[in-house]
Amino acid sequence: MPKPSSLVQGQTRPGFSTLAVHAGESRQKLGDSITDPIICASTYTFESTQAVIDFIEQKLPREEYGRYGNPGERVVERKLAQLEGGEEAILYSSGMAAIVGLLMSKLNAGDEVIFFDECYHRSREFCSKHLSRFGVVTRQVPACDYRAMEAAITPNTRLLVSESPTNPHLSVVDLEQFAAIGKDHEIDTLIDATLATPYNLRPLDFGVDFVLHSATKYLAGHNDLLAGVIIGARDKLEPVRKLRGILGAINSPHNIYLLERGLKTFELRMQRHNENGLRVAQFLESHPRVERVYYPGLASHAYHDVARRTMTGFGGLVTFLVRDADWRQTADVVDAAQVARIAPSLGGAETLIEQPLVMSYYECSPEDRRRFGIPDNMIRLACGLENAEDLIADLRQALDA
Amino acid sequence: MKFRTRAIHVGNARDAQSGAVVPPIHVASTFVQPAAGQWGQFDYSRSGNPTRANLEQTLASLEGGTRALAFASGMAATHCATMLLEAGQHIVAGTDIYGGTYRLLHKIVNRAGIRVTLANSQDLAALEAAITPETRLLWIESPGNPLMSITDIAACAELARRRRILLAVDNTFASPVLTRPLELGAQIVMHSATKYLGGHSDVLGGALVVADQELYDRLYFIQNATGGVLGPFDSFLVSRGLKTLELRVVEQCRTAQRLAEFLQTDARVRRVLYPGLPAHPGHEIAARQMHGGFGAMLSFELEGDFEKTRRVVGATRLFQLAVSLGAVESLIEQPAAMSHASYDPAARAAHGISDGLIRLSVGLEDFDDLRDDLHQALDA
Repeated sequence: MPKPSSLVQGQTRPGFSTLAVHAGESRQKLGDSITDPIICASTYTFESTQAVIDFIEQKLPREEYGRYGNPGERVVERKLAQLEGGEEAILYSSGMAAIVGLLMSKLNAGDEVIFFDECYHRSREFCSKHLSRFGVVTRQVPACDYRAMEAAITPNTRLLVSESPTNPHLSVVDLEQFAAIGKDHEIDTLIDATLATPYNLRPLDFGVDFVLHSATKYLAGHNDLLAGVIIGARDKLEPVRKLRGILGAINSPHNIYLLERGLKTFELRMQRHNENGLRVAQFLESHPRVERVYYPGLASHAYHDVARRTMTGFGGLVTFLVRDADWRQTADVVDAAQVARIAPSLGGAETLIEQPLVMSYYECSPEDRRRFGIPDNMIRLACGLENAEDLIADLRQALDA
Repeated sequence: MKFRTRAIHVGNARDAQSGAVVPPIHVASTFVQPAAGQWGQFDYSRSGNPTRANLEQTLASLEGGTRALAFASGMAATHCATMLLEAGQHIVAGTDIYGGTYRLLHKIVNRAGIRVTLANSQDLAALEAAITPETRLLWIESPGNPLMSITDIAACAELARRRRILLAVDNTFASPVLTRPLELGAQIVMHSATKYLGGHSDVLGGALVVADQELYDRLYFIQNATGGVLGPFDSFLVSRGLKTLELRVVEQCRTAQRLAEFLQTDARVRRVLYPGLPAHPGHEIAARQMHGGFGAMLSFELEGDFEKTRRVVGATRLFQLAVSLGAVESLIEQPAAMSHASYDPAARAAHGISDGLIRLSVGLEDFDDLRDDLHQALDA
């Protein structure tokens, strides 16, 4: 198996963009290609029976069968681990497959998991509706309420989970406090940092044990593939990788190549998402038809201080409330957008817009929506890579329509 | 809409059937027709393919044209443009054109009875003197390879207009982010889409862009008749690359400028050829016709012979030793041994390609890392 480039394994840490372009890759690749080949093989051949026996007995680092790993996938796993400052990364077919892979590996019947309640609702739903069938107990406490989280811990607690920033409220977790609770009680901690990305925030540096990404979003960055990744210490992830080999939620070599290609421009894209997010948030805050803007880069944001202290930038996601608007008037703003397109997801080149009430909470009762903090007049905008002037002009005409 | 917004949205309309935010890759070779004798928008993929058409629409918008054609390579695009001419007609081309174009003009196009004259395109009088009553096409490139010579596109367009000939510009090195020749009066823009447009060293492709429908129709007829079209997967990858084109090119230019300034102050370097340096002979024109940067290609000459230069290009740890350019990975090469090795020493000397010349294609890596890499390699 090829060795990663020595340059990026050196003593001094190269610049972020240098890592994005080169980390994890061999300097000299198969066929002397400058880019990694896409290896579509479902299985890998052995020269002889003795080679099979050597592989098994000596645990030789080589491929065996597609479900256990792919050379291109290992390159991207190394690249993502280095960008995140972790030892090991494991790729999955989606962000949900990644968190399910970790939870299934870490939790047994009788174990408990505690979530901050602004975590991605599908992650919480998997625990409360499905892991519960196997005897796993899920507890939820208010986001960023560290006392409540600590108070919910029992001798059976195995994992503390949060997202940061959260979606769509963009609450920012104080990772020092969060990680400290885990350390104090010897419980593993997991942060879903999909909205932050390693460009803006590196949870492992704060002592968090696992970082999760829906790589579909900023990491891949072009709205054209699904992927998920878990990053952390090698020993802690070894059983997780083994379980992936059994459960089989692996990604395809084609997707993995597109993810690798997307990562090459990762720093540039994040700089632009951060700039667009901030400029759009500032514009929205100054617009008379906007009641409130949720964006960690604004001084008015409840978590601005912790965000400023821990994050390089604040990403492209901006949530806002339309003043004195009912759900239909809010939908009219969404429908009037011409650059932004109506769709779920975020993190790609194209700006996307959605009304959480309609897109994600349509089947919830009004009481539940109130409980989740999803008012009828809320709009979530995922700023893409377009020129900020065009995004602002588009929002202005949509709000003035 | 501004450049970057158009790069993302023009030609990338949502798929009406599925709603997909990224248009599907249409791999079909043929398309089902409504009835015998009735033709739908697409019939056979050589004549037109939805994925290729999307890319062509984006390229036309970015170059400030109206129509574009995507080809299997830059050479396929160039060849198509030369097939506008007939036996007895004449092409004038710059002396600093791409070697592959030189070979095409002198070994293939000439066999069809088309004459070719090369003239220094930095010298308008020399260029005009080369034009004959049979001349139909003026072919230029800016910046030129490998000395980063700058040709005044607007002045050439004025000359071409006066002499009633077509001006074609190979805009590969500048990309439409920096220079849009159609807006300066050229009739045809050619690209090796392999370079900045694709941008990730993983596609071969070419393009022609025009503003005039009649000229497009003639070029389309040739492309359809000769078949050097770009495939759907590669069309998709180029379209995907275009979404970050402006970000990449602006950043790569910024790093190239800083590297040029660094090399200029290094005693181991005899001279630096980069249009962004005030001492470069083309700086003034470049400042006028390149917007947002002076390109991400730069050359420099070592205080050293062929062997020393060979050692330096082999000693980098980050720059990779390869021809081609325009991608996220930085590349290094020695023109005398690689891109221009087919020239004999006398011809190389005539073109200003010394044994100590090194050409860099600056990628997206961090400036500090690239500078440190050159710094250590120069001692090799």
